[in-house]
Amino acid sequence: MEFFPLYLSAKLALITTLVLIVIASPLAYVLACFTWPGKTFVDALINLPIALPPTVIGFYLLCLLGPRGTIGSFWDNLFGGSILFTFAGIVVACATYSLPFAIQPIKATFEKLDPRLRESAFVLGLSPLATFFRVVLPNSKNGIAAAAILVFLHSLGAFGVILMVGGSIPGETKVASIAIYEAVESFQYEKAWLLSLAFLPVSYFFLLLVNRLTRREAS
Amino acid sequence: MKGLHVRLSKRLGKLEIDVAFSCPEGSTLALIGPSGAGKTTIIRMVAGLERPDDGAILFNGETFFDQEKGIRLSPQKRGLGYVFQDYTLFPHLSLYGNAAFAAKDRTEVEGLFRFFGLGPMRDRKPHQVSGGERQRCAICQAMATRPRLLLLDEPFSALDVVTRRKLRDELKKIKEERRLSVVYVTHDVTEALYMADVILPVVDGKIDRDWLEEITSASGTRNLLAKAVREPKLSLAF
Repeated sequence: MEFFPLYLSAKLALITTLVLIVIASPLAYVLACFTWPGKTFVDALINLPIALPPTVIGFYLLCLLGPRGTIGSFWDNLFGGSILFTFAGIVVACATYSLPFAIQPIKATFEKLDPRLRESAFVLGLSPLATFFRVVLPNSKNGIAAAAILVFLHSLGAFGVILMVGGSIPGETKVASIAIYEAVESFQYEKAWLLSLAFLPVSYFFLLLVNRLTRREAS
Repeated sequence: MKGLHVRLSKRLGKLEIDVAFSCPEGSTLALIGPSGAGKTTIIRMVAGLERPDDGAILFNGETFFDQEKGIRLSPQKRGLGYVFQDYTLFPHLSLYGNAAFAAKDRTEVEGLFRFFGLGPMRDRKPHQVSGGERQRCAICQAMATRPRLLLLDEPFSALDVVTRRKLRDELKKIKEERRLSVVYVTHDVTEALYMADVILPVVDGKIDRDWLEEITSASGTRNLLAKAVREPKLSLAF
């Protein structure tokens, strides 16, 4: 149970990454490759989590996911019970918090793609959706992989927003970052050291991988 | 109303494009002129990749665009083939994958591959073959959709003279076989004379019929051009 928070952090980061790549890729495509009214406002709204303190995001999510909140009551009707202080709740929180970190690099990758590839697909008769799957995605694999790694690392280290929405329930919402904080609070420095140490090689390895992918993308 | 009928205007910064022209069905029209004259923008508007400020585009009785009537057919619905300048092939696909990308009939792709001599490189990626082979593949890709109208934007500008001559002969042959209508953008006078039935000089966004006369006289190549018409293998690039 000592190291269960590490497993929980990895599980949370992995699920958040998968969810966000599926959501962020089409969103980034619409933002990067098309012009439509209100685009600037939607772009700024998506990037809001970068500008807001995690506790503020956590507070808004607490309101939204609470029993009287829009998402909370919808969840209650669907599954019965509250989404707050559950693993599903912290996935929602973490995905909201990390959304801009997925959107921005994928959007940059799509923007770098030669626009004539899309135009060529359009003239050949492909719809924008088919172009996304058959042209844009296959030519952006490295950029999307780099974005996935950044989201994974960002979710691995999430703290404030998870504490607000999930609290610290062992085996359910007590992820490694919260466990480290609690270990320090209760003077269990050895435990804090060990948990922290686990982050170092993982983060370093993945950042090396991001650099490699970014270089390949550029070439 | 058979053939291509175009009347377009568009403002692009300082350049104001304002042209009107027609081209009979099955013929080749060459838009010729200096760089920055608006030739590429004109065929991009015909393809539906850019929106004109005003005007109308009709092809064989079908309206592609009409500002007054509010008609704007998407590029997907225009049934065109478009060969971009500098070979726009999909880098993640093989040459065959590119040619068959939107093909109506795969056996036709095989035929086109044989015609353009691309058979041995069918599994190679675009970056693994020469410029001429990439451009042949781009033409195959456009032809495989059985277009009614083929738009070519300086298709041979990045090729050496020998490859250029060979490729334009192949293109001319297949165009005649299929009775395709072609709009061809070039700044090469000889190429225009060799390929086209109708030549349209475009300068500063307007049709300037005196321009061709002027530059040929100024460079003292009038006789050479006349010879080029009789001897198509003679290449003269401006």
